[in-house]
Amino acid sequence: MQEDQPIVLKIENIHKRYGETEVLKGVSFTVKRGETKVIIGPSGSGKSTLLRCINQLTIPDQGRVWLEDEEVTHIKKDINLFRQKIGMVFQDFNLFDHLTALRNVEIGLIKVKGMNKKQARERAYNELLRVGLKDQANLYPAQLSGGQKQRVSIARALAMDPSVILFDEPTSALDPELIGEVLEVIKNLALSGMTMVVVTHEMGFARSVANEIIFIENGMILDQGSPYDLFINPKHERTKKFLYKITELYGKSKDE
Amino acid sequence: MEESWLAIYEALPYLLKGSAVTIGLVAGALALGLILGIPMAINQVYGNKYIKIIISFYVWFFRGIPVLVLLFLFYFGLFVLLGLDLSAFKAGILVLGLRSAAYQSQIFRGSIQSLGEGQMLASLSLGMSKIQAIWNIILPQAIRISLPGWSNEYSIILKDSAVTYAIGLMEIMTRGKFIATRTFKPMPIYLICALIFLILTYGGVKLLSELEKKVRIPGFGNKGEGN
Ligand SMILES: Nc1ncnc2c1ncn2[C@@H]1O[C@H](COP(=O)(O)OP(=O)(O)OP(=O)(O)O)[C@@H](O)[C@H]1O
Ligand SMILES: [Mg+2]
Repeated sequence: MQEDQPIVLKIENIHKRYGETEVLKGVSFTVKRGETKVIIGPSGSGKSTLLRCINQLTIPDQGRVWLEDEEVTHIKKDINLFRQKIGMVFQDFNLFDHLTALRNVEIGLIKVKGMNKKQARERAYNELLRVGLKDQANLYPAQLSGGQKQRVSIARALAMDPSVILFDEPTSALDPELIGEVLEVIKNLALSGMTMVVVTHEMGFARSVANEIIFIENGMILDQGSPYDLFINPKHERTKKFLYKITELYGKSKDE
Repeated sequence: MEESWLAIYEALPYLLKGSAVTIGLVAGALALGLILGIPMAINQVYGNKYIKIIISFYVWFFRGIPVLVLLFLFYFGLFVLLGLDLSAFKAGILVLGLRSAAYQSQIFRGSIQSLGEGQMLASLSLGMSKIQAIWNIILPQAIRISLPGWSNEYSIILKDSAVTYAIGLMEIMTRGKFIATRTFKPMPIYLICALIFLILTYGGVKLLSELEKKVRIPGFGNKGEGN
């Protein structure tokens, strides 16, 4: 489906070390427009670090990142311009606690994009509508459930019109009964053609939404391919074991 | 007994004038401490290595020396050396303010750090600059969290302000001492001084706790209310 689409994100040979430990040992992949790339891997394998190296919240020691033909790494000029176009959704939401849901979504539009308040408000409201939270627009994060918080944070990312959104375990901090509503939103984004990189342990979601799954272990890509390739026909015994374990641990989700 | 009441009656207007001086001094010192303390806190969290060292030294210096010693050191020492001809009032604001900056910076620093790095990461990932993130996201939250500590700082400075007696500033204490000596009625006079301080402490703390309630973020601190 995405065969002939242009490349949105290109990551080449990313290395990162913290002191003695080399967390990323040369990771490369590309993401085409409209593609959903799912990254899986054991805890501590470097998934979060990899996502952060993409939008330069962490500066990689080596390697390059391109966003739509422009290099993001090694730039002298403003990284903030790129970050606007790379949405990020965090495991623990990181909503701005002193702002209502609506203000959380509009603040980037006003402060970063310089949109006027009225337009920003309208846009923010529409994004909340899109994630099913129009009634919660004026509530503060502390008044929302975990699932609602994460949907606000997705709306916040969407409002910026990003070229790609990075999700770092968006459902890992949620009570089991709230996971579904968030996955539903992300799934709909995938269907609507949003380009996404999703780190997750939700195998049901990965199987049904991913165009490609990347299995990372010890800072390296061990296996990658379509869900079919990985689940049915993995190259490595490790991949099979990991998938088995993770499916046991997190159970199969309903839509399987 | 009657004489005591008379002494109080006569001293009261005079002491109240002193209260105005004290209030001015405390307000000035708190403001100076705030203006310096917030940027110091920000730089202690987000600044480079060198600025962090400089601020740590500043904080170490002003927190490690008794306020009376600081006052003399500056008023009779440094200011004279620099040829600054400051009034006792201005000198008091400066010394108490510089010292308060050290304490306030630590109040704000603690609050900023208690927010966790997620707030900054989320701001940056939206494309905000570090400064925008600090101004729009970090400070509005950190200042709210700092209010109880700041209220405490107010009551400490208020009480410390009495040391300016030692440089002859005509605040509550200096005036109290003056009248007490003249009327030979130290007990009632100092009681009134103490009472004025109590009222000022109570009033200020009350005011700040009202402010705290007013800016409280809905949903915080009322767990168990559902959703
Ligand atoms: N700022 C840092 N300083 C030092 N070490 C770090 C830092 N950030 C991450 N690490 C280390 O890098 C390794 C990879 O961390 P990372 O968070 O990327 O893993 P992860 O795959 O996202 O794990 P999880 O599934 O638990 O989220 C870990 O060993 C971690 O301790
Ligand atoms: Mg992680």
